[in-house]
Amino acid sequence: MTFTSATSTAVPTRSVQLIDARGLRFGAAVTSLILATALLTHSTSAIAISFIFFAIGATRGPQFTPQGLFFKKFIKPRLTGETPTEDVRPPKFAQQVGLGFTVVALVAGLASWSALFTVAVSLCLAAALLNAVFNFCLGCEIYLLLARLRSR
Amino acid sequence: MNSALILLIVVALTAAFGFWHRATRGRITAKKATITPVITEEELGTAYGKRVTLLQFSSAFCTPCRATKALLTDVTADMPDVVHVDIDAESHLDLVRRLGISSTPTTLILDRNGVEISRAVGAPKRNQVEAALAAIL
Repeated sequence: MTFTSATSTAVPTRSVQLIDARGLRFGAAVTSLILATALLTHSTSAIAISFIFFAIGATRGPQFTPQGLFFKKFIKPRLTGETPTEDVRPPKFAQQVGLGFTVVALVAGLASWSALFTVAVSLCLAAALLNAVFNFCLGCEIYLLLARLRSR
Repeated sequence: MNSALILLIVVALTAAFGFWHRATRGRITAKKATITPVITEEELGTAYGKRVTLLQFSSAFCTPCRATKALLTDVTADMPDVVHVDIDAESHLDLVRRLGISSTPTTLILDRNGVEISRAVGAPKRNQVEAALAAIL
């Protein structure tokens, strides 16, 4: 027997927007490459590109980022088999967290604060790699902690 | 420090964390013995299960919460003495703090008196849930 608590809105039965889960992981792999380049070359321009991609993903959704569109146009048509789908809200939340890290990195890069730049890019790269390689759910781990902190 | 070395360290730490996380999430771990109910039937919104209550905490930005809900619904479908309740963590933060929930999905396994026996942080696997349920008389 299953009950959903009367006030629960966490896992609604009404339809949520679903997107291709493979596209999300491809997108995270591209993001990881850009961030790794930024870390290796200490490049503020690479972070600026990453910032733009995250800004699109955080506002419109990860399926509208350049890597998301590339996946849809060139990779998805070549894939066979059933399409694994995912609710768009968790990855969109992850894009917003990524945007936060890249804003810090961008400011640090422009101001030549080398150590802060390295730390922010490293954390962002770690999150993107976890997403690409381990299908890590950032929203699962930190959203509730943030909600707990906010309401303190 | 050399950029390549930093990159290598970030990748190594990330991989170590990823493997540890994958290995531990979803595992059902026993709680040390207590006799106090962790939640009242009033807070639960329904009576305790005659044998077991599965108390799941979910949130909106959580993909495995949906899979966990579907799995627990399916496993308990033909068990009239097991009740599965799915609670939105964000709108029950007092309960979340009291029960020490820090990530979603987290599923508490309660006995017939609402006492916590064990919990799974992350999405549990079907055979683990079935084994845990079978062990509770």
